[in-house]
Amino acid sequence: MPPELLRMIIAAVLVVAFVFLNAMILGYMERKVSAHIQRRPGLMEVGPHGVLQLIIDGLKLIGKQLVVPEGSNRFLFRLAPLLSFAPCVLPFVVIPFSKKLQIVSMDISLIFILAMTSINVIAILVAGWASNNKYSLFGTFRSVAQAVSYEIPMLLSLLSIILMTSTFSLQGIIAAQKYYWFILVQPLAFIIYFVSGLAETNRAPFDIPEAESELTAGFHTEYSGMGFSFFFLAEYANMFTVCSIATVLFLGGWKGIPLPLGDFTGIVWFLLKVYGLLFVMIWARWTYPRVRFDQLMSFCWKYLIPFALANLLITAVVVKLI
Amino acid sequence: METAQLNLEPATDIPHDNRYYLNMGPQHPSTHGVLRVLLEMDGEYIINPQPVLGYGHRMHEKMAEHKNWMAFMPNTGRMDYAAALPYNHGYVALYERLCGIEVPERAEYIRVITSELNRLVSHHLWLGAFLLDLGAFTPILYTFIDREKVLDILEDITGSRLTYCYFRVGGVSKDIDDKFVERTREFIKYQRQRFDVYNKLVTGNIIFIKRAEGVGVISKDMALRYGVTGPVARGSGINYDVRKNEPYSVYSKFDFEIPLGQNGDSLDRYMVRLNEMEQSLRIIEQALDQLPEGPYLAKAPKKLKMPVGDSSFSVEAARGELTYYMISGGGDIPYRLKIRVPSYSNLSVLPELGQGILLSDLVTAMGSLDLVIPEIDR
Repeated sequence: MPPELLRMIIAAVLVVAFVFLNAMILGYMERKVSAHIQRRPGLMEVGPHGVLQLIIDGLKLIGKQLVVPEGSNRFLFRLAPLLSFAPCVLPFVVIPFSKKLQIVSMDISLIFILAMTSINVIAILVAGWASNNKYSLFGTFRSVAQAVSYEIPMLLSLLSIILMTSTFSLQGIIAAQKYYWFILVQPLAFIIYFVSGLAETNRAPFDIPEAESELTAGFHTEYSGMGFSFFFLAEYANMFTVCSIATVLFLGGWKGIPLPLGDFTGIVWFLLKVYGLLFVMIWARWTYPRVRFDQLMSFCWKYLIPFALANLLITAVVVKLI
Repeated sequence: METAQLNLEPATDIPHDNRYYLNMGPQHPSTHGVLRVLLEMDGEYIINPQPVLGYGHRMHEKMAEHKNWMAFMPNTGRMDYAAALPYNHGYVALYERLCGIEVPERAEYIRVITSELNRLVSHHLWLGAFLLDLGAFTPILYTFIDREKVLDILEDITGSRLTYCYFRVGGVSKDIDDKFVERTREFIKYQRQRFDVYNKLVTGNIIFIKRAEGVGVISKDMALRYGVTGPVARGSGINYDVRKNEPYSVYSKFDFEIPLGQNGDSLDRYMVRLNEMEQSLRIIEQALDQLPEGPYLAKAPKKLKMPVGDSSFSVEAARGELTYYMISGGGDIPYRLKIRVPSYSNLSVLPELGQGILLSDLVTAMGSLDLVIPEIDR
């Protein structure tokens, strides 16, 4: 077996394993953080402090029947969860966990990640359309409109970093933050990116596609068992991707105070920063009410995009002058 | 049910090429019970919402025609389960009025204290559920911590936590003790601090204000046309509260205000209810201070001999004016008992309220009406 193929297989296994592990950590974290925000103990039953609960939940979901609703398009209905899951795994290939720990080092890593994360919209569209359910369709309409709109401020805010570093390589961007993190010079871009990221991943207060009190569960209303858990995994994988981009571009990636851990120092700092941002996401979800759909769109078009454009313009001028 | 019975005529003259129907309920997270709303939609906009009732109908009024007052008593706690004591109150007062039974003053004070505590419980539940409708998951757990405290207090003297059967013709079934008074006083102090938490968590939140402001506006005229009562009417600026306008029991002895809204939107109704909780605390405080000694149950005959005639009694339930009307043909069983429940007329606003608004706004508006469906389908 050629070593390149072996490397690929190991990488693929590691990535998928990490995606599952990440979903478990985040699922546990979300339930535990929400419990403490709501002044209750949360998971306590399975294992110490309920750490094994997510494994049990996973087994339960695998064991469940996948119900295909009557009148739905069976092929598309089954395809959608996979379509949602597959592109969410691919960004992990280029995420730099530390100086060495990156499966493929591409010059266009950032573009690759953004391209992959946008495919998720198509999966949601397919899921909502194939379900033959009006609530699912509602969720789909909202989700597509939301994802398409929020990609614009997201890209604009990232572009201002690209202008400063003139590279799309994630390692290159981390290397450019040798003396200071870019959040210090681009705070507005960071805020715009993070807010758009919340909307991109359908997280509260922008969880309109799954608005529970209005649409029961939005586009995945009809999904059960593994069909549902693929969307679940994809959501958490997407959250991780969004936060790791924020970490790489604004928070110095894997850089940090050297620890006596050798090569693991980078990955420790990277994961700390990413999970710190993810904690903020969870915190926001369990604190704020949901915004209304038209408010969400007007917030994007009237505030985020103009500010992102202004920020980009100012960055361009400053970069040119320096 | 035949759809032909429903009024499905288009309510507006907008040309609709893509109109379709959406069933919200009977099983839906935000209808708070088995209410079905048939929505005629154009995209995300609602053209014509029609509530469909009857999924939880239990024939309480018919049952009353076959039972004496004590046998029907538990039924009164099962209509509006979120605030059952005012239902107890209206029912026993109806018999007291018809048979001319004097109620000891201490019993009246106990009735007022427990009813106001029950109003607090109901508003706690509403506050949490309303914010759940808006997508905020956390406040309901905060209000339930407080609700639990009141329920514990009430459980000690009434024996139940939700469906009370505590009042009797001529008084109440059990006297309150010093422990109850002490715990209630402690709770009042605690609850006053909790309002700060509510305000910090919810009232000042920009997303909440944007979601609730100007949504589901019920004008003064509209409220009068539909016979809307309670916090919903007061949110529209109608100064009507049975406790003030036709004071029953000992409400006239207390100094409290009726909070009013101006615009009649969801935010006003929210503020009215929040202020009402504060006023309830004031009433309880004064009642505890003035609490007289004496018997808690008048010596009423076990088997009531009702005169021929009719009687009606209104109380202010947590959701509005509750009226019992009874026709008696003598004996101890009523000929007919009619119950006018507040949620029914509050819900009847919905078809007009919901025209041309977004689905999300309908959820907000319905949440702010504070509907309890078993009260409507009684």
